[in-house]
Amino acid sequence: MKPARALALGVWLLAMALAALIVARARYSADLSAFLPRAPSAAQQVLVDQLQNGLAARLILIGIDGADSVLRARISNELKARLEAQGAFLAVSNGDAQSADRDRQFVFEHRYELSPAVTAERFSVEGLRAAISASLDLINSPAGLFAQSMLRSDPTGETVQVMEQLDTDAAPHTAQGVWSSADGQRALLLAETRALGSDTDGQAEALARIRSAFAAASAPMRQGAGSSGAAPRLLLSGPAVFAVNARSTIEGEATRLALLSTTLIVALLLLVYRSPTTLLLGLLPVVSGALAGVAGVALGAGVVHGVTLGFGITLIGESVDYSIYLFVQSRPGGLGRLRLQAPRRLWQTIGLGMLTSVCGFASLLPSSFPGLAQLGLYSITGLIVAAAVTRLVLPQLLPQRLYIRDLTPWGAAAARLLSRWRVPTFIFALIGLLCIAVLWEHRATLWNRDLSALSPVSAAAQALDAQLRGELGAPDISNLIVISGPDQESVLQRAQIVGQQLDRLVADGVIGGYENPARYLPSLALQAARRASLPDAATLRQRLAAATAQLPLREGTLEEFATQVAAARSAPALTRGTLEHTSMALAVDALLWQQGQQWHALLPLRANLGAGRSGDIDIMRVRAGLASNGTDTVLALNMKQESDALYDSYLREAGHLALAGFAAIVLLLSIVLRSAVRVARVIAPLALAVLVVSALMVGNGVQLTILHLIGLLLIVAVGSNYALFFDRRLADRDSAELPLTLASLLIANACTVLGFGVLALARVPVLSALGSTVAPGALLALWFAALLMPPALLMDAARVEAQQRA
Amino acid sequence: MSRSMPRRLDRRGGWRGWAPQAGVAVLAMLWGLTVTAADASGLDELMALLAQRKHGVASFEQNQFLSVLKRPAHSSGTLTYDAPDHLEQRTLEPRAQSAVLDHGVLTMQVGGHERQLRLQDYPQLAPMLDSILATLAGDRGTLERLFRLEFEGDLAHWRLLMRPLDTGLAAHVASIRVSGERDAVLEVEVQQADGDRSVMSITPRE
Repeated sequence: MKPARALALGVWLLAMALAALIVARARYSADLSAFLPRAPSAAQQVLVDQLQNGLAARLILIGIDGADSVLRARISNELKARLEAQGAFLAVSNGDAQSADRDRQFVFEHRYELSPAVTAERFSVEGLRAAISASLDLINSPAGLFAQSMLRSDPTGETVQVMEQLDTDAAPHTAQGVWSSADGQRALLLAETRALGSDTDGQAEALARIRSAFAAASAPMRQGAGSSGAAPRLLLSGPAVFAVNARSTIEGEATRLALLSTTLIVALLLLVYRSPTTLLLGLLPVVSGALAGVAGVALGAGVVHGVTLGFGITLIGESVDYSIYLFVQSRPGGLGRLRLQAPRRLWQTIGLGMLTSVCGFASLLPSSFPGLAQLGLYSITGLIVAAAVTRLVLPQLLPQRLYIRDLTPWGAAAARLLSRWRVPTFIFALIGLLCIAVLWEHRATLWNRDLSALSPVSAAAQALDAQLRGELGAPDISNLIVISGPDQESVLQRAQIVGQQLDRLVADGVIGGYENPARYLPSLALQAARRASLPDAATLRQRLAAATAQLPLREGTLEEFATQVAAARSAPALTRGTLEHTSMALAVDALLWQQGQQWHALLPLRANLGAGRSGDIDIMRVRAGLASNGTDTVLALNMKQESDALYDSYLREAGHLALAGFAAIVLLLSIVLRSAVRVARVIAPLALAVLVVSALMVGNGVQLTILHLIGLLLIVAVGSNYALFFDRRLADRDSAELPLTLASLLIANACTVLGFGVLALARVPVLSALGSTVAPGALLALWFAALLMPPALLMDAARVEAQQRA
Repeated sequence: MSRSMPRRLDRRGGWRGWAPQAGVAVLAMLWGLTVTAADASGLDELMALLAQRKHGVASFEQNQFLSVLKRPAHSSGTLTYDAPDHLEQRTLEPRAQSAVLDHGVLTMQVGGHERQLRLQDYPQLAPMLDSILATLAGDRGTLERLFRLEFEGDLAHWRLLMRPLDTGLAAHVASIRVSGERDAVLEVEVQQADGDRSVMSITPRE
């Protein structure tokens, strides 16, 4: 063994062992954050974190369909009991009578802290007379039975005051004593997992628990369900369901598609090489590159996204080309058996192609989508390593006599075909112009500016979620107010001020209603003020005597009231702990939280659905109504606008990055080729392929996303190899090499088209967008590059082969 | 976040509607007649008959005998019903006020300001209203789920006595007695658990 050979092999083996070690010890993340853009502003970051890890992300919405309402209610209660017995859930609510009683009892007990009507005036003689008279009037209404039951303990009607301000329009209906949809055909539950929203494994386990608890709860009913209609069916939704489903979809897709594309590519190469040894050697750079790519990401980014691994397919399509070029373009010596001696120019061309691709992929590195940045790193590392292994290691490993099929006849046939099917150059110019016209025509709708276009969640799943969310009255977070402050008290006080401003907006019809944690947990200052407005027992009795002198109340009726007001005066302050075991606790946890040194309150807004209303919220009018608050403490956000604006900026960023990548490629080619004509000859087919693919997509009504843009970039990266090889042959006027070049390009292209074509089958939008762009693009790039070759050279190539055969 | 207070009773489809029925004056009590445990066919016939009424206007007089009050609370006014779920109670005496029931939400104009109660948040209200509404809708299934029923008399002069099955309801309401003639409800008497009592007499106008 020659020293150089031993050194190359040794370094390679060591590097691979090291990469394998890194890969084995790397941290892998399977959540979707790879394709959630990093939020730019601090407020949005707070929000994104809360949405990912706050209570909203831990809620699982549960629906039970089928059977009849009695059975559904029984299953609902049984499911709740079974889930509560497990530690995986912090709370399970189904609106059962017990919980409702607890809530009512809580409101009643704390009515003097919670009621917005509690002021000093209300407890003056005049105020008491007015309030008690109103309660007496209620006795003559359909609510009379309730009014009289409250007369002794709550004659001023504070309980009703609290109930009225709770945003009850959004609360779920009840059937058979448990929450149900408005039409009564579905029982509803809400489960809060102990696992964080970002803990996809924990969420998956929670979902599995719900499924098995449901199966157990409904099993007895299932057996007797023959008579009572459809068998009970479980519906699950919420962020956890999305995350878990998306993960399994992506994992499943990645595995399935990687397997499929590998099989296809291996079959193709086996067909071409007709030698398993050659095939295995040919795959060596790919495997090395993939290993190095994952190791590179693990080192560079810390955590490897599952999605990044899935994208490994993209690398196979490109790096398998290198060994194809090496094997196929090597001069055959003798009767198909050869001692491989690759021409130096082959290495130069492969190297330049690799650098071109690296320039393209490098434009992904600064992307704000962590997944795309990782993909860039993965591809760059993988390609460099694959090219290096092809150049330095592969030749050392080749056996003395490697069987390589001579593909000259194939190449010559292709050359003949191409020379016959000539297309005048101006046709290409016309095609290019036509595509530009199509793109110009659709310029307004060219880009899909909706972030959800990237979402792996199906439209059906999103619709179910919206339905369950609406039926459960779970907060719709499309419009919300975020209040920030240094402590809980200041945030709650601000929330009360904002609440009064929002009340005016409700009265004006700008919004339909809103949620506010301060309703359930008033600030200590407000509680103290309310308590202070309650008179002492002696004063209250005096005032009551004066206030009720003219009223038909029996003597001593209000004694209980006087005692309870006295108790409320000295009651301890209401805290989060007091709320425990009520459904208000869940609301407060969702709407009020601490993050680092800051406290935040969330006030989701509800649209006014009244007559003549669009159902949309004019966030500008909301902002105007809240203008008196500092924007650093109170933020009114329309999440759709925010996320679309965010996505818009990413789209612009990606556009700039793609242009920069393109410029880098042109610069690289200019430096290496030192000829404007040759640069143009390389760029023209690539630009044309990009134009045709994007025009075809847009013409077919596909709105381009950020992933299509990346795909277009990949067309340039992959296609540049083809154009460079043609350019090399043309520059050298080398018609003798052309058939083999053509053959190797055809095989390489077939591998790329197979790899990305398989990707196009994916149901995950990010994968399919990439595949459906690159597969046709690569094909077109090769075709255009070949068709731009002078016919004379092609004819020569065909002739050379014929002469050889003769 | 949902922190709603769900209703305790089954009222799928919301309020079934209230149908003041045509008829004449309050019946004399049918002393001595004790046809308990409901003549099944009689009750079925009554339910079918009641279910056919879709619209009505009636005047009412209500007397409530409450221990908290020095004297009985007397009120009077009109009732208007439109199928399926719209009911208005306009009280003229002693003070003008109105209450509109729609989809389980009670909107009241009392003392010059409006207030809204979602009935599912007030389980104390439910028994009386549910019993009357289910009676008038001819919804025997709902009635039997909530109450033990005793039907007395015949279609010409009937009384329906309902005792709550649920202990929660029974804590507030001892019994509800609805009486009428054919498809007309003429009197509703609620006997509360604490001994208080209210009687509403109904005189159909249309």
